[in-house]
Amino acid sequence: MTDKPVIIDSSTDARFGHLSVQNVSKVYDPLGAHVEALDDCSLEIPAGEFIAVVGPSGCGKSTLLNILAGFDNLTAGQVLIDGEKLATIDHPPRPGSDRVVVFQNGALFPWKTVLQNVVYGLVVQNRFPESEANEMGMELLARSGNLDRIAGSYPSQLSSGMQRRVEILRALINNPRILLLDEPFRAMDTVSKTTMHRYLLEIYDQYHKTVFFITHDLDEAIFLADTVVVMTTRPGTIKLRLDVDLPRPRTRETMLSQRFLELKQQAVSAVHEEAKKAFERGERELA
Amino acid sequence: MSAGSESRPLPSRPSRWRHLNWRGAVSVITFFVLWHLAVVLEFAGFAELPTPVQTMSIFVTEYLTSIDYWNSWLVSFERVFYGFIIAQLLGIPLGLLFGTSPRFRNMFFPVFELLRPIPPLAWVPISILFWPTNESSIVFITFIGAFFVIVINVYDGVGNIQKEHMWLARSLGASRMAIFRRIMLPSVIPSIAVGMTLGIAITWNVVIAAEMIASDSGLGRLTWEGYVSSTPEVVLIGMISIGLAGYLSSITVDMIERRMMPWQEKS
Amino acid sequence: MWKLFTQQKFMLMWLGFMITILSWYAAVKWLPISSFQRLPDPLTVVIEWFNTDPDYGLSVFTRDYYLHIWYSTYRATTSFILAVILGVPLGILMGWRVKVNDYASALLSILRPIPPLAWVPVAILIFPGSEPAVIFVTFLVAFFATTMNTLLGVKSINSDYFKAAQCLGARPKDILRDIIIPGALPSIFTGLQIAMGAAWFSLVAGEMIAAQYGLGFMILESYNLVQYPTIIIMMITLGIVGYISSAIIRLVGNHLMRWREQSMGLSLT
Repeated sequence: MTDKPVIIDSSTDARFGHLSVQNVSKVYDPLGAHVEALDDCSLEIPAGEFIAVVGPSGCGKSTLLNILAGFDNLTAGQVLIDGEKLATIDHPPRPGSDRVVVFQNGALFPWKTVLQNVVYGLVVQNRFPESEANEMGMELLARSGNLDRIAGSYPSQLSSGMQRRVEILRALINNPRILLLDEPFRAMDTVSKTTMHRYLLEIYDQYHKTVFFITHDLDEAIFLADTVVVMTTRPGTIKLRLDVDLPRPRTRETMLSQRFLELKQQAVSAVHEEAKKAFERGERELA
Repeated sequence: MSAGSESRPLPSRPSRWRHLNWRGAVSVITFFVLWHLAVVLEFAGFAELPTPVQTMSIFVTEYLTSIDYWNSWLVSFERVFYGFIIAQLLGIPLGLLFGTSPRFRNMFFPVFELLRPIPPLAWVPISILFWPTNESSIVFITFIGAFFVIVINVYDGVGNIQKEHMWLARSLGASRMAIFRRIMLPSVIPSIAVGMTLGIAITWNVVIAAEMIASDSGLGRLTWEGYVSSTPEVVLIGMISIGLAGYLSSITVDMIERRMMPWQEKS
Repeated sequence: MWKLFTQQKFMLMWLGFMITILSWYAAVKWLPISSFQRLPDPLTVVIEWFNTDPDYGLSVFTRDYYLHIWYSTYRATTSFILAVILGVPLGILMGWRVKVNDYASALLSILRPIPPLAWVPVAILIFPGSEPAVIFVTFLVAFFATTMNTLLGVKSINSDYFKAAQCLGARPKDILRDIIIPGALPSIFTGLQIAMGAAWFSLVAGEMIAAQYGLGFMILESYNLVQYPTIIIMMITLGIVGYISSAIIRLVGNHLMRWREQSMGLSLT
């Protein structure tokens, strides 16, 4: 390997990617329909932690992610990142490459090649000249499972698993403080999902970014994360916080272990309690 | 996921009760003001035109109560109606035929595609030659306008029928006729609707044009006569009437479509 | 095996054409219906069309034939290009900035229902001479089609693309260049094909009413001069020219959008 600047560093500095969610509330359309999506949510996410957020549909997990990502603002409380203000009522958050999102249905730009997608963040921010960015992109692709061979392909030519992998790399190459994943594997079949889990864990083990991962799938949540947070039904707040003290690296055997099942039981009963409430209230899924 | 409801981050809309599109009103008013000024200041050819106010007053005094005027409406509407209906009656089956029979499609679709780019009005002389009455020749032109559009849309619609629905019906033992009636026809209704919406707009365009060229009645003729007799206010009144009539037709078609497809969410 | 299949399709196509032409011929020559008998028959048309010394002065070998084609093409192209230059940016702006949409959509929806031909008399009054008037009317039609489809294209871009671009540090002008334009391009090109078709439609009408020279003009003139085979010749020429212009747009679009995996297949406009 040449000694070009390696864009991603596996810093586990305690102040790099530390999120502090303090009493955050979010009300949509306050003068009209007045939908309370989040109510007094508080959460501390240490730097480098893999946190999974689960809960019934409509509980506000995506709302929380949107605030962290900078697409929307809160209506009460504040969010700090590494001690700096990320979002307050007077200081709305803005999207940035320190908090990159990987989307549920995939958001690779269909009109750009894999390589162009991966280096997009670097190029559009003028952080590196295009040729250098391309080299770094190729290197990252090669290093992450020989994906350099599809560098010239367009997303529509790839399987959804490949697309998701490329999207993760597109996020990663910007050396974000936080990786935000909004149910990224929801639309995938079980086999692809398993491959993606392994892939994501490899990336996590290697680069140790703070990961904020939303999912419906409890197995997935416990398998991947250090902490699993269960949210209540609308208005969402933190119901339960589980410390997943399973050893890393996580393997297939992990899922069959006694401890895994104990954790799952706790999570399941919490989620079902909330789901039952939501069902009885006749909540309609917010898509 | 709230992502769907908020599109891109835009500056937030003004609060509810100021929901009226005041900006739209501004541009429309500006348009009329500019028109008025252009006439008054005799800017280029505008010197010949009446102002918006003059147009309005002439309309109210001379046309609103004139039988001839409303007769023009009737005549034009009739032509649109007949041409449109016949186009649906002939076009939908043809589109279905193209969609379901590969042999038929291979034989005649190329001919169809060759005729399609010919603008409807280019058919006027042939139509006049062929059809015995003036009225039928105009209806024919109207028909041509809507016909190609509806065929293409129905054909497209057949292609979009999900294979799974067809297989399901077949595996449940449905006969070909049953499949046709119960799966195909309902599935192409949205495409028929699209064809109708596009078709009605084209039909109006065509009717007006055909009337200008080859008729002695109708709103198109009215407008044209205004031009020929150098009375621009008539031209403008004609234009506005036509626009209005076209708009009303579109709304009517919309209503019909909603009846046709009650299951569709309002867009 | 594959060769046989395409051969069959090919044969069927010719068969279809033959049947059509023969039916036309038969109807004109043998049906005892006066309506049909007044029409020119295919044989006469073809003979005239490819005659070195045509009876009515227009064939593939005469200069005037190409003169008319040139006039019509020139008008159509000019209006079309104007419509694109104005319509695409407007459509993009309308889709991108809500305020622009607010200003523009009300005005457009009032003007749009007015059929293009209805503008001809007004246009003749306003513009000096019939040539600019015809081009203006043609332009107007193409303009509406282009703007509407461009707007639709921008609005139908998946919002996730915008969000992803913002995460990655794109500023508004980057989003315009990297998301909006490529994302709306398919719709824009569909709109362009529609606009081209609409332009021809409007042009022919305009030429019939208010022009000298041109295919539309010639069609009506041939009728007036009782030169019926020429009518058909001009109609077919119009069809061919119209088809070619749409095809060119389609090809350009395909080239610009190579990333689209699905086959374009039929042009369904």
